Amino acid sequence: MKRIYALEEWCIDCKRCEVACKVFHSKSKDPVKAFLYEQPKPRNRVRVEGNRTLSIAINCRHCPTAKCVEGCISGAMTRNPETGVVTSNPEKCVGCRTCVSMCPFGAVTIEEGPTHPIAFKCDLCGDELGVPGSPSCVAACPNRALIYVESEGN
Amino acid sequence: MLDYVLPRYRVMRDKDLCIQCGVCERSCSNEVHHVDEELGRVTANNAACVNCQRCVVMCPTQALAITRWPQVDSGSSNWTLETMQDIAKQAQTGAVLLSSMGNPKPYPIYWDHLLLNASQVTNPSIDPLREPMETRVFLGSRPEILKVNERDEKLSAPLPPQIRLDVPLMFSAMSFGSISLNAQKALAMAARELGTFFNTGEGGLHRDLERYADCAIVQVASGRFGVDPHYLGAAGAIEIKIGQGAKPGIGGHLPGEKISEEVSRTRMIPQGTDAISPAPHHDIYSIEDLRQLVFSLKEATGYSKPVAVKVAAVHNVAAIASGMARAGADIIVIDGFRGGTGAAPKRIRDNVGIPIELALAAVDQRLRDESIRSTVSLVAAGSIRSSADIVRAIALGADAVYCASAPLIALGCHQCQDCSSGKCNWGIATQRSDLVRRLNPEIAAERVVNLVHGWTHEIKEMMGGMGINAVDSLRGNRLMLRGVGLNEKELEILGVKYAGE
Ligand code: SF4
Ligand code: SF4
Ligand code: SF4
Ligand code: SF4
Repeated sequence: MKRIYALEEWCIDCKRCEVACKVFHSKSKDPVKAFLYEQPKPRNRVRVEGNRTLSIAINCRHCPTAKCVEGCISGAMTRNPETGVVTSNPEKCVGCRTCVSMCPFGAVTIEEGPTHPIAFKCDLCGDELGVPGSPSCVAACPNRALIYVESEGN
Repeated sequence: MLDYVLPRYRVMRDKDLCIQCGVCERSCSNEVHHVDEELGRVTANNAACVNCQRCVVMCPTQALAITRWPQVDSGSSNWTLETMQDIAKQAQTGAVLLSSMGNPKPYPIYWDHLLLNASQVTNPSIDPLREPMETRVFLGSRPEILKVNERDEKLSAPLPPQIRLDVPLMFSAMSFGSISLNAQKALAMAARELGTFFNTGEGGLHRDLERYADCAIVQVASGRFGVDPHYLGAAGAIEIKIGQGAKPGIGGHLPGEKISEEVSRTRMIPQGTDAISPAPHHDIYSIEDLRQLVFSLKEATGYSKPVAVKVAAVHNVAAIASGMARAGADIIVIDGFRGGTGAAPKRIRDNVGIPIELALAAVDQRLRDESIRSTVSLVAAGSIRSSADIVRAIALGADAVYCASAPLIALGCHQCQDCSSGKCNWGIATQRSDLVRRLNPEIAAERVVNLVHGWTHEIKEMMGGMGINAVDSLRGNRLMLRGVGLNEKELEILGVKYAGE
């Protein structure tokens, strides 16, 4: 499957990826509404760690044997067997944080959801859960520090 | 002490569009923007802005634009705001004013007064999509007479060494030190892909770029930085830099802070020391001395590669070029006064030198009058802005052109003229690691290649329109040019007829 890889050599800590991710995962898909008006607040699923001299975008690897899926107690976190995309179903997530502690990449966060805190993670910008779209972070990255490429394994 | 200097620019932030994401704050090395959580808005320190436009391009909502500081001037055309600001700065510091890039003053741009011809009825134009078009040129000296052994169908004597360019342009000298390694690498990668050459400037050849050495023209300048037999031997050609269009008669000075470990290794000078290139070469005080250096370099490389000599376009450039040809230069490079630089005294940049168009025409004519034009190659430099400028330069007599500002603009340069601060937000004219990494050479090289591909298509189209199918047939073909808005003297020097003639 195609996966997103972050290259720290070229990451410049601009966080345009975070902005693009948040906007894609908003209702309006409009940056001004997404950032300033929408409730509940849309969440970005990619997160940049580091500083100006060394930074990297943290995002989901859509692992073939996904620890988050293994750990999930409610059946919210699933891996689509056909596409390989790992997503969390907000309706099923109970916010137990098991996935957060299981993920070796720190790619899942628990944040305020419509009724209670739930897991947020990269869904490859698909129109529906489990179907990859074209990742907004990759398109927004000015320095090719995020690449979306076919990778080994499934 | 209160300094009397006004801000030059003002950041215009559209409050309706700003989402306070902080991308601008993280993009600006001059620390202009600040997301103020307490105020709940983004503020700007306008005085620090140099108008590099990085934040404008990076802002995800197009909330930004930079404008001039709105202060009106005194109303005098003589005491303009800029003139008065320069005085205020010097009154404050007592120093020479420094600036960068090329001469920005409104001197005439002769390219814009030269129109190209196209075939109609009496001779056919050529469609470059259907018929072959040759953009390849060879640079180097040529024998006066070509002796051919007709029976063996071979040359009786070998040709002098030449370099082959698939497109009639090369990237002008920019040293590692004045630009970042990523910028130089991007140009090297683009040169390889395009079948042309980049120029190391006088900063030596970084070891990471040795694999591009065959596409490199290595410079030998007055500081002789980075010059050793390996450097000379690795390159495609050697260039002796006597002068540079942006600062004729002036040496160079790369301050110690910029001599990082890598720069020091490549230039072969101690880390942290100032890299001073003297104004003259201390071993060149005459054409005869130049000849010695030309032949020393040829000896050192076994006469295997052409030696170019580069001078700034100045008053007697035609006579100087004639001397250079006689001194053994295989390629003569003339750099006009609009050529850029990483740092130059502002007064020199703005007031010294002459336009490349006039210099090129004068040199080509002089070499023709002396019947030596065909023995050397002629390269024009100093603000070639488009494919049309290349076509005009070739028609005025150039074999090829050198471009630097245009490829830098392809890399992101917005001509803010603040190169000398070392804080280039585009990762070009800087050695700061957090800024250098902003320029991914892979993207940068692609952009330069795209630009040159676009230009090459346009050159073919313009040549096709004239009914010409090879750059070789355009060279010095001034009948393909007509002047507009020029006086008799200008037409005479340019050697072109007036439009309508
Ligand atoms: S969230 Fe973590 S464990 Fe789950 S698929 Fe992504 S990277 Fe793997
Ligand atoms: S957009 Fe790209 S360069 Fe900017 S922070 Fe994200 S990964 Fe890094
Ligand atoms: S980058 Fe644009 S939207 Fe973001 S804080 Fe700056 S001005 Fe506002
Ligand atoms: S210096 Fe450049 S990045 Fe900084 S505010 Fe001015 S235009 Fe924007």
